[in-house]
Amino acid sequence: MATRLKEVDAVMVGMGWTGAIMARELTKAGLNVVGLERGQDRNPKEEFGLTTLRDELRYVTRLELMQDNSIDTITFRNERPETALPIRRFGAFLPGEGVGGTGIHWGALHWRFLPTDFRIRSTLAEKYGAKAIPDDMTIQDWPVSYDEIEPFYDRFDKLCGVSGQAGNLKGNIIPGGNPFEGPRSDHYPNKPVKTGLGPSIFGEAAKSLGYHPFPLPVATASAPYVNPEGLTLGACQYCGHCNRTACEANAKASPNITVMPVLRAEPKFELRTRAFVSRLIYDKAARKVTGVVYTDMRSGEEFEQPAGIVVLSSYVFGNTQQLLLAGIGEPYDPATGKGVVGKNYGYQFEAGGEAFFEDKWMNPFIGAPGMSVALDDFNGENFDHAGLGFFGGGYIACSNGGAPPIGGRAVPHGTPRWGSEWKRATAKWYHHATRFNTQGSVYANAKNFMDLDPTYKDALGRPLVRLTYNGTDNDHKMSRYLVGKLKGVIKAMNPTHYEVHQRPKNFTIVPYQSTHNTGGTMMGADPKASVLNRYLQSWDAHNLFVLGASVFPQQHGYNPTGTVGALAYWSAQAITTQYLKSPGPLVQA
Amino acid sequence: MADETLPRRKFLLGAGLAGVAAGLTGGSPAPAEAQTPPAAKPPTNTEPETLLTLTATEAAFMSAMADTIIPADELSPSGTDCGVVAFIDRQLAGAYGAGAKMYRSGPYQRGKPEQGYQLALTPRDYFAAGIAATNDWSRKTYGKDFDRLSVADRATALKAMEEGKAQFEHFSATGFFNRVLAIVMEGFFSDPMYGGNRNKVAWQMLGFPGLPATYADKVDAYRNKRYVAPPRSIADFS
Repeated sequence: MATRLKEVDAVMVGMGWTGAIMARELTKAGLNVVGLERGQDRNPKEEFGLTTLRDELRYVTRLELMQDNSIDTITFRNERPETALPIRRFGAFLPGEGVGGTGIHWGALHWRFLPTDFRIRSTLAEKYGAKAIPDDMTIQDWPVSYDEIEPFYDRFDKLCGVSGQAGNLKGNIIPGGNPFEGPRSDHYPNKPVKTGLGPSIFGEAAKSLGYHPFPLPVATASAPYVNPEGLTLGACQYCGHCNRTACEANAKASPNITVMPVLRAEPKFELRTRAFVSRLIYDKAARKVTGVVYTDMRSGEEFEQPAGIVVLSSYVFGNTQQLLLAGIGEPYDPATGKGVVGKNYGYQFEAGGEAFFEDKWMNPFIGAPGMSVALDDFNGENFDHAGLGFFGGGYIACSNGGAPPIGGRAVPHGTPRWGSEWKRATAKWYHHATRFNTQGSVYANAKNFMDLDPTYKDALGRPLVRLTYNGTDNDHKMSRYLVGKLKGVIKAMNPTHYEVHQRPKNFTIVPYQSTHNTGGTMMGADPKASVLNRYLQSWDAHNLFVLGASVFPQQHGYNPTGTVGALAYWSAQAITTQYLKSPGPLVQA
Repeated sequence: MADETLPRRKFLLGAGLAGVAAGLTGGSPAPAEAQTPPAAKPPTNTEPETLLTLTATEAAFMSAMADTIIPADELSPSGTDCGVVAFIDRQLAGAYGAGAKMYRSGPYQRGKPEQGYQLALTPRDYFAAGIAATNDWSRKTYGKDFDRLSVADRATALKAMEEGKAQFEHFSATGFFNRVLAIVMEGFFSDPMYGGNRNKVAWQMLGFPGLPATYADKVDAYRNKRYVAPPRSIADFS
C-alpha cells in the first residue's frame, strides 16, 4: 500500500530539459513543485570535471550516462507480425538517466523547425494536391504555427546560449546564415563556434554548387555567457569529447547548468531522485489525474504523490507508456487506424559518409559537434518535390565533432579491420578524414507505432513499451536523394578518397544512429486525431501536461531539442497565464 | 615451430607490466621524444600477470587473438605487450563482464539481427562460450587450439571467422569475431588506467594527444598544420 503524501501544486515526472524548464516556470508563478527523477542526481561540480570526462571507455563505449536497461527498456520489432524482443542494451538510440536526462550527453545541435514543417500536411496538399500524400503517410499539421512559438524558440536559445549565425532576422535575409530558416526575432546569443578545416572545405564546395552553407547552430557557448537565469556558461574548448559525455567547460548547455542551480536554490522546489514513477492516478469521470505513484528506489517504499498539476516530462517511451498504462486517451490500433496514443512514432533518418584528404591536416581530435557547416537546401519544403516520389528531407552537414581513439578512427573502405595493414592505414588516415551526415525526416506512417508489450516487463512489473518500426519507402527514397546531394558536394571538395553510406533496408537497433525518437503522444487540433491540445494539455485529463518529443506529430529534418525546449516554455506560459486562473480544458474539444 | 616461438602460456610467464606501472604511478608528462612516434619497444618488466577471471586457456586464447589483431611491428608492440589481455581480463571481471545495465529478463529467444543481442549470457559468459567454440572449431580444422596455431594459420582462421566461412556449432563465429575485435580495440585504444594501451603506445601510433584537450587556442593556429603533443593520460594528471 502506497504511503499518501501531502498534495503539492505540481509534480514533474522526469527532470531533464522539459521537467527543469517547467518546474522553473511554475515556481516562478508561485507554485510548490516536486521534481521526481528515477535516476540519480547529477551535479556538475562533482561529476563533470577533468580528468574524469576524458574517459572514452567509460562514457562513450560503456555508456556511463545512459539509461540502465536492467531496470527498464523497450521491446522492438520491424513489422507487426514479428515478435518484439527486448532491447537488452540500448544501441541505435541512447536516452540518458538522472537529473538532466538526455540533455547532458547530447551533441547540442540546436535547430528550429521550418514554418512549413508546422503545417506540413496542408503545405503538401497545397503544393502537390491532397492525393499526392500517400494514404499510409499519417502526417499532421502541428496545432501551433512557427510564428506562435518563435518567441519561445528565442527564449530557449537564450537559456542555452546558442551559438550560430542568423540567416533570417525578422524577414531580412542575412548572408552567411541559413536563408531557409523561419524569421527570427533576434540574433543567436553567441557567435558561431569556430569552423573546422573539413567543414570549411565543405562550405566552399557547397557554395560552388549554388547551395547555401552556414555554420551549424549549437547550444555550446562560443564565448563566456550569462543566461537570463543569471547562470554563467564557459566557452567551448573544442575538446572533442562532447558526445555521450558532459562538458567540463560548462559550455555545452544542459539542464544541470542552465536551470537546475536556480531550482536547487528555490524553496518552492523539491527534487526527489531515485523516485521511479510507476503510474498516474487517473479519475476518468472527473477528467483529471489526481497524482502519481512512485517507488523510492533507495528503500523500495511506494508513495502516492497527489498533485494539482501533473507534468509528464520523461523521454518519448516513458511518456507514452504512462498514458497507455493509465488508460488516458485511446490506444492506437494499426489494424483499424483508430486511436491516438502510440501513433505517429518518428525517428531520424540519418545517413552519412567520410572523405579523406591526403594533403590536409584535420587534427581530428580537436573538435566540437558545432564545428560544422550545414546546408538546408534539401530540407522540408525548401525544395520542390514534384516528380521525386517522396516527401521530406533533411539538412546535410560536414562535422568536426572530435575523434576519440576507440570510436573515432576512419579508414577508407576496403582497409582490413585488423593486422599490420589496418594499423598502417589507421595511423595514416586518422589525421586526414572528415565526416558527413544527412539528418533526414521521418514522416509518420500508419505501420510505425508504440503499444504495450504482451510479454516483457520492467523492474516495477509494468509492461514495456513495444516499438514497431521500420523505414518506409518514402523515407528511404528521401535518404537516397540526400546522400546523392551529399555525394555531389563531397566530389566538389576533391578528396583523395571518399565514401557514402546508404541506410540498410531494415531499421536495426544496433549500431548507434540517433536518439531522436519522436511521437506517441502527439499534439493536434482535433481531439480525435491527437493526444494533446495545442498547449500540450491532455484532451482527457485537463491537469495533465505532456512535454518532450513525444508530442511531435512527425519528425522533421532537424535535431528535436530546440523545438522540445520551445514547446516547454510555450506550455508553461499557457499554464501560468491561463490555466491557473481557470483550471480546465484550454481548448474546447 | 609455432609452438616454440609462441609459447602457449607466454602471457602467464610475464608479458610485462611496465606500461601499466608507469601509467598508474605517473604524474609526469610523457617525454618529449613522444612527439615523433618511436620505434616500438617491448616492455622489459617480467613480473607475472595476475588474472582476475580469465582461465589460463582463455588468457592464452585472448593473447593469440590480441597479437593477431594487433601484431608487433614498427607502429606498436603486440596486443598482449600493450596490455590488451590484462584489459580484457579486468573488463570481464568487472561490472561490464557481469552484464551491468543489461536487461536480462526472459523469455529468451532467437531474434532477427536487427533486434540485437538476445542471449542470456553475460559478456563474461559469452566470451567463455566463444573461446570454447573457437577452440573446438580450431581443433577440428587445424588439429589444435587457436593459440597453438602458427601466425599464418591464426590469421587465416580469424579471416574465416570474420567472413562467416568458419562454422561453429550453435554459436555465431562472425558475431564472436566482432565482439573480440571490439574488446581488443577497446583495450588497445582506451586510457592506460584500464590496463591496455601501455605507455600510451596506441595514442602515439595515432598521434592522439590525450588530455587535457583544451584546444580553443589551437583551432586556428593549427589549421591544416599537424598538431603534435606527447600523449598524456588520466594518470598523468591524477
